[in-house]
Amino acid sequence: MWSLSNIAANIDQWLNANMSPTWALIVEMVIAGVAVIGLFAALGLVLVIMERKVSAWIQIRLGPNRVGPKGMLQSLADTLKLLVKEGMTPGGADKLLFNVAPFVAMIVAMLLLAPIAFAKDFQLWDLNIGVLYISAVSSISVISILMAGWASNNKYSLLGAMRSGAQIVSYELSAGLAVLAIVVLTGSLRISDIIQAQENGWWLFKGHIPVIIAFIIFIIAVTAETNRAPFDLAEAESELTAGFHTEYSGMKFALFFLAEYVNVFIVCAIGATLFLGGWMPFHIGNWHAFNGVMDWIPSSVWFFGKTFFLIFVIMWFRWTFPRLRIDQLLNLEWKYLLPISMFNLLLVTLIAIMGWHF
Amino acid sequence: MEITQILFWFLSVLAVFGALMMVTSKNPVYSVLWLIVVFFAISGHYILLNAQFLAIVNIIVYAGAIMVLFLFVIMLMNLNAETEPQKNKWLKIAGVVAGCSLMLVFVAALRQSDELLKAPVSMGGETGLIKTLGKTLFTDYVLPFEISSVLFLSAMVGAVVIGKKGD
Repeated sequence: MWSLSNIAANIDQWLNANMSPTWALIVEMVIAGVAVIGLFAALGLVLVIMERKVSAWIQIRLGPNRVGPKGMLQSLADTLKLLVKEGMTPGGADKLLFNVAPFVAMIVAMLLLAPIAFAKDFQLWDLNIGVLYISAVSSISVISILMAGWASNNKYSLLGAMRSGAQIVSYELSAGLAVLAIVVLTGSLRISDIIQAQENGWWLFKGHIPVIIAFIIFIIAVTAETNRAPFDLAEAESELTAGFHTEYSGMKFALFFLAEYVNVFIVCAIGATLFLGGWMPFHIGNWHAFNGVMDWIPSSVWFFGKTFFLIFVIMWFRWTFPRLRIDQLLNLEWKYLLPISMFNLLLVTLIAIMGWHF
Repeated sequence: MEITQILFWFLSVLAVFGALMMVTSKNPVYSVLWLIVVFFAISGHYILLNAQFLAIVNIIVYAGAIMVLFLFVIMLMNLNAETEPQKNKWLKIAGVVAGCSLMLVFVAALRQSDELLKAPVSMGGETGLIKTLGKTLFTDYVLPFEISSVLFLSAMVGAVVIGKKGD
């Protein structure tokens, strides 16, 4: 009735009835673009206040509580502040790259939203290699960080960017192998096929221990890929002041900040899609009564519920674990996570071939 | 003009312009960034040829991994326009000769294009999809595929040996 896919279908029908197909397509693209930008702004506001509230809760403080009811409008006020601040470009910086870098970060984050299924039949682009597309585009994000770090012409920025480059390039491997485990089980790279395969149970529960290992490795790897604590060496405050965005101020800093939070949302959405069934309600085998009750909850609520649960887990990491050293970080990836995930992929392949999963 | 033709010309101009800028940029960091633009344009061409898998792999391997390592090394060594070593005259002449020879090979290869255009090979809409590619790789070309994997393995072993030498 009021599901997202029905609204989209109604808009599509109305546009096609009133305009030529070409114009309808163009208007739909504009609507999709506006919706993506709106989602960006909303995510930025929600995730920042969520992080501050979660950290306050973990550290037994109150957190922001002045602006609006229980401080819920704090991030709106912060945005206003960032908007009116002066955007400085340091004298020794490379002007072009310095100003382009935040936009590259934003564009990459926006491109990553394309193949994500937000609800049943509600997806911008269901391409047949969706999972590969995600890993390809997310590997571009490191270029914006390297650009920002180098163009700032500042030792701290450059060191932060270098660390971030080493970190993202190495953790991409185990994230990719963890994703491959699900691809092997499903036999498809298309996001909608992967979700459909989880109709009778999510992969986390259907795939035995190897999938649980893959899930844990995926969460660790994406935490590192999004440069979040305990892997936030790229902006380790105590050593590098603020890492690659030391020289940024005003709205350009806000764009990096926003891109970081949107990236967290995206990796959590991908994790929820691959391991927790995306918008698929929680089903148990042949329990029809139970499955029927679960189907009452709208698919978008399921998707956002799972995604925000994973975001909460990643925030929980940040406020619980101390930061790693750079050598510990690289050792963790190359000596532990990568061999484990390679062996794990073999196990998953065996399970998929023998049909041992439920 | 059809939309694919417009896209083809746009991507071609972008690729050639990016390649020229890459060669003529004084600053090595700009060269690498222009090369990334070229790789994106070429990936666009792959998509126009319905080879989506190849396009995505091109971005993952070249733009995502190799170019990042290039950027990494160039930024870490802090190469820029001032510190770039000036090559001597003979090296420049040798470069021009080598480039012209490569151009000659390309022109020779393109000479047949008129005849090839008359009989286009059609393999249906599924040519570039991952399923077709996997089947072809593991049936018709399984030996070259396996041999190339041995090549990668030896490269990895070589890297480890070089890295261990210092200890």
